[in-house]
Amino acid sequence: MSASAADRTLVITCAALLREVRAVFAQLGECERAGLEVVALPSALHNRPEGIPARVAETLDERVGRYDHAVVVYGDCGTGGRLDALLAERGLARMPGPHCYSFFAGEAVFDALAEAETGTFYLTDYLARHVDQLVFAGLGLDRHPELRDQYFGNYTRVVLLSQTDDPALVAAGRRAAGRLGLAFEHRHVGLGPFSRSLRHLLAPATG
Amino acid sequence: MASDDDEIDLASLSDEDLVAQMHDDLYDGMAAEITEGTNLLLARGFSAQRVLDDALVEGMRIVGIDFRDGILFVPEVLLSANAMKAGMGILRPLLAETGAEPIGKVVIGTVKGDIHDIGKNLVAMMLEGAGFEVIDLGINTDANRFLAALDEHQPDILGMSALLTTTMPYMKVVIDTLVDKGLRDEHIILVGGAPLNPEFAMAVGADAYCRDAAVAAETATRLVRERRERLRR
Repeated sequence: MSASAADRTLVITCAALLREVRAVFAQLGECERAGLEVVALPSALHNRPEGIPARVAETLDERVGRYDHAVVVYGDCGTGGRLDALLAERGLARMPGPHCYSFFAGEAVFDALAEAETGTFYLTDYLARHVDQLVFAGLGLDRHPELRDQYFGNYTRVVLLSQTDDPALVAAGRRAAGRLGLAFEHRHVGLGPFSRSLRHLLAPATG
Repeated sequence: MASDDDEIDLASLSDEDLVAQMHDDLYDGMAAEITEGTNLLLARGFSAQRVLDDALVEGMRIVGIDFRDGILFVPEVLLSANAMKAGMGILRPLLAETGAEPIGKVVIGTVKGDIHDIGKNLVAMMLEGAGFEVIDLGINTDANRFLAALDEHQPDILGMSALLTTTMPYMKVVIDTLVDKGLRDEHIILVGGAPLNPEFAMAVGADAYCRDAAVAAETATRLVRERRERLRR
């Protein structure tokens, strides 16, 4: 399908990325962003990643005929290739990389971090902002702190890959690391790598 | 499951009710109650094997079903597993004393680059509960360590686990190494982990994908029996 200024593009993203997706859209020209429709799926799907491909498919099916292009702002996100299989079937593309923290950091930086320390627990702005709900409540550590070492005993550090320069988020990340008994590191990666990947993904649609 | 606020006096329950109560206590992750129930059943003359099968393994099977169905989540399953571990701690030496042959031997580990072991530990425990001798290589296990352990222990089964999409392909590295060395058919190979699926297991050359710990124990038992049948013929 050829792209034109009037084309409508469906952007399916995880709620954990919505703020950053919007920030990138704000950088686009008016023409480029005119036809973009964003749908954010709940970030809680990551607790059962096998549900992600089904929800993406459902979102696409519900909007058949309402858009000319669609892109998916997810990594593999623990779907074990099932999201890729769905997207291949539909002729669609997603963000490169396994997880959001890898495309926030950029492949080279992420690979170096993972190589340097396998036991790294990554936070992004979103994860730092919602760490109590997603990590401590989500894993039941608020009710059962005694489970901490079963979850995190093999980790050695928390690395916050921040998108914005927000001391409150750095403090939240540091606090979380302390509660988990892990070292804390902060790397400001900004929006650059994410923005480049997202723009590349959108390029066939937005021209 | 148990919602009564009043504490239940386990000693006052009939054998049947006590076993059923232990299923509830396992479900609720109550390790102290499982310890008490295990000791009570043993004192009433239950064999260690019967306590293990009827109370603990059956209880964890129910937990496994509700986890699969999205009724229970990882924290609850961990608490249940910890409760089962408490019971196993009492039963293990008794089971060893009986001198009963294990139904098979398993070498298990989380693959290279992956430090996640919650699922693998659960599988190891359920395999032990099913009567297997389990050699657990831990996390971040490379092909050389797997091969060395296979050589040393000559297990019926090799089990590999991965939680990450980025580490699960390493299972194929291990299996391909076994193929290259002509050792692939010496072992049943089971794989598992959250991002895996049956198609992946087949694609990497494993014998089976195990969705959860209970399925792993059932599959291991079935495949070892089938293999022995084949070898007998």
